[in-house]
Amino acid sequence: MRKVAIYGKGGIGKSTTTQNTVAGLSELGRKIMVVGCDPKADSTRLLLGGLAQKSVLDSLREEGEDVELKNIRKLGYGNTWCVESGGPEPGVGCAGRGIITSINMLESLGAYDESEALDYAFYDVLGDVVCGGFAMPIRDGKAEEIYIVVSGEMMAMYAANNISKGIMKFAQSGSVRLGGLICNSRAVDNEKEMIEKFAQKLGTRMLYFVPRDNDVQRAEINRKTVIEWNSDVPQAGVYRSLAKAIDENDNFVIPTPIEIEELEKLLMDFGLMN
Amino acid sequence: MATTAKKKLVQWDPTDIKAEMIAKYPPKVARKRAKQIMINEALENGTPEIMANVRTIPGIITMRGCTYAGCKGVIMGPTRDIVNLVHGPIGCSFYAWLTRRNQTEPGADGENYMNYCFSTDMQDSDIIFGGEKKLIKAIQEAYDLFHPKAIGVFATCPVGLIGDDIHTIAKNMKEKLGDCNVFAFSCEGYKGVSQSAGHHIANNQVFRHVVGENDVPKEGEFKINLLGEYNIGGDGFEIDRIFKKCGITNISTFSGNSTYDQFASAHQADLSAVMCHRSINYVADMLEVKYGIPWIKVNFIGAEATAKSLRKIAMYFENQAFIDRVEKVIAEEMPDVEAAIADVLPRTEGKTAMIFVGGSRAHHYQELFKEMGMKIISAGYEFAHRDDYEGRQVLPLKVDADSRNIEEIEVEADPDRFHPRKTKEELQALEEAGLKFRHYDGLIPDMESKTLVIDDLNQHEAEKLVELMKPDIFCAGIKEKFSIQKLGVPMKQLHSYDSGGPYAGFKGAINFYHEIDRLVNSKVWSYMKAPWQENPQLTGAYVWE
Repeated sequence: MRKVAIYGKGGIGKSTTTQNTVAGLSELGRKIMVVGCDPKADSTRLLLGGLAQKSVLDSLREEGEDVELKNIRKLGYGNTWCVESGGPEPGVGCAGRGIITSINMLESLGAYDESEALDYAFYDVLGDVVCGGFAMPIRDGKAEEIYIVVSGEMMAMYAANNISKGIMKFAQSGSVRLGGLICNSRAVDNEKEMIEKFAQKLGTRMLYFVPRDNDVQRAEINRKTVIEWNSDVPQAGVYRSLAKAIDENDNFVIPTPIEIEELEKLLMDFGLMN
Repeated sequence: MATTAKKKLVQWDPTDIKAEMIAKYPPKVARKRAKQIMINEALENGTPEIMANVRTIPGIITMRGCTYAGCKGVIMGPTRDIVNLVHGPIGCSFYAWLTRRNQTEPGADGENYMNYCFSTDMQDSDIIFGGEKKLIKAIQEAYDLFHPKAIGVFATCPVGLIGDDIHTIAKNMKEKLGDCNVFAFSCEGYKGVSQSAGHHIANNQVFRHVVGENDVPKEGEFKINLLGEYNIGGDGFEIDRIFKKCGITNISTFSGNSTYDQFASAHQADLSAVMCHRSINYVADMLEVKYGIPWIKVNFIGAEATAKSLRKIAMYFENQAFIDRVEKVIAEEMPDVEAAIADVLPRTEGKTAMIFVGGSRAHHYQELFKEMGMKIISAGYEFAHRDDYEGRQVLPLKVDADSRNIEEIEVEADPDRFHPRKTKEELQALEEAGLKFRHYDGLIPDMESKTLVIDDLNQHEAEKLVELMKPDIFCAGIKEKFSIQKLGVPMKQLHSYDSGGPYAGFKGAINFYHEIDRLVNSKVWSYMKAPWQENPQLTGAYVWE
């Protein structure tokens, strides 16, 4: 089983990219479990057709110790298992602690067991690496390959660099590696070249460039992944290719994060090229 | 081998002992500890400086407790009719419950919650989703069950980490309940370098939320507050007995055998008498600034010290009949004390003791040992600040990052209720006659030259000290109890008094003489050798030796 975590700046399109890619992987015949690690619990909406499902933590709170696997996971598009970690309302409690608890709960309930015959476990993680809880999927070998969703915008690259710092820290003591950057285009000047260069500086590569396309939005309105909504549109092909790139990826590195000055220089060089 | 080494080291001078204590430390640790181990010597410019109230070095087995322990356990724990509700995991609540042997007399109303352990019993899911709702429910439940006058909420570490807003909850619940004062303490264990931070936090909140709440006049001619007395083993009962005999009205004790109403009425006293300077001087200062009540330092540990403290109180009130009455009480009490001393002195004179407790106790108990003809060869505090060692003339101390973390509240004279108990001239005249206000000389001046004063002693150093100086008795707390006894030295707990007490006042002094006589003259400690210590089957040495 390959254990994959998707990180990236808030709003960059992690959940959308993850679910669309998972749809592509399922077409390749892969058995996948998606674990949403965001208190908003919206990481599996497209796979489940908008079905709000009970989060691990909600179940834990209501059922006490008697939580069963069937209470907390649901089959979504392409026979994919969907799990939402869940968490507190904004402004109270500790969401990081929640993620730690729910991943431990999934493990103890056997969600990762060999009998489940999973090819992939995907973790879709909130925003930046903000505390120990959100770093949970990259600790203790829970996730072994990390993909960072990024765009050519300054703050997205800044976040990607920060996440690389987190990966570097845990890579030294564990098995976690960076698998590459996924550029979710914001149509910034020279975006592709800049992210390729940025990836190179981080010691990795840009795995795929996802162009901006309104069909993604249209599919989301229909609570579906692009492949399920309209299998024939060009963007469906894009996600199939991204899925294939991940499936065939064998380039896993300990990233080499860069200094903020270097990052700014990169933006200047590419942004002012024309 | 070990025995010959010990014999030799008895002759060592304090400089060598200090060097030996820190010899095994890495250089940086040794440098820091060296500043907290002071050889008492007369300097031209006054008292030598000691480093205190600084962070314990990680890895060192300290004798200290945490901020929560200081707030909940020490200051608020001894009050009987406030429901002390701990917001946190159950262990924090359980281990701060009655462990200090604070006694109480529930009185006619019988209202006493000290024998209950109140906790929100936080679980993993409360940490994740926040504990606020559970806390609200717990306050309501405590109210419905007991209808107490007040509920105090204490924050443990996780509460601070997840950010439960305990103060807003307390405020809302106070409004909702109507006849119950609810207040909260942000006394998370990690807040300070020791329990001392917790004392300060407790002082602030009690002063802010309780003191001054009751304006129904209290009767009494000579009204005082007794600050920093915690009724361990019944100390407070003995002091109250003496007060009653002298005609002193004790408006409030902070906080041994105390009630909510005592705190609420504290502003009606005419003098504050401060026992434990470290834990309660903040309230003493605030009572003076806000209500005009002067404070003096007293000590009811030791018969002579008790007599001296009573005379100070009598002197303050400047009433001849009262002064005479106090003298009469002292004259009545002292013969029994003198008889007890005469009994034990032949056996205790010249024996040596070490005391490492508290932020005042290591000072106060020296009086008792001196009355028995014993010598204090080393002493120090767990959580005191420099003023408790060197005297209040070192104030104000430099504020560092750790002390800045603790709220310092500014109080002003109460527009209606401030009235100076004495005029400036009267205070001046009393000062000139020898009664000093807001004054504390600290521990160091009362210790003999060449003795060792050690702040925040730890297990390694304690064992070294005992091994090198072989005291006849060692006084500290429960954590040290058995490691010291295993070294073959009798150990007396001066936090909880083991199962003894009271040791305060005149009757307490007699108890103490007998207890210490029994300990230092027991032969049992000489049988402390294990068979392999006398007949080792194997001998060896470390490679670096």
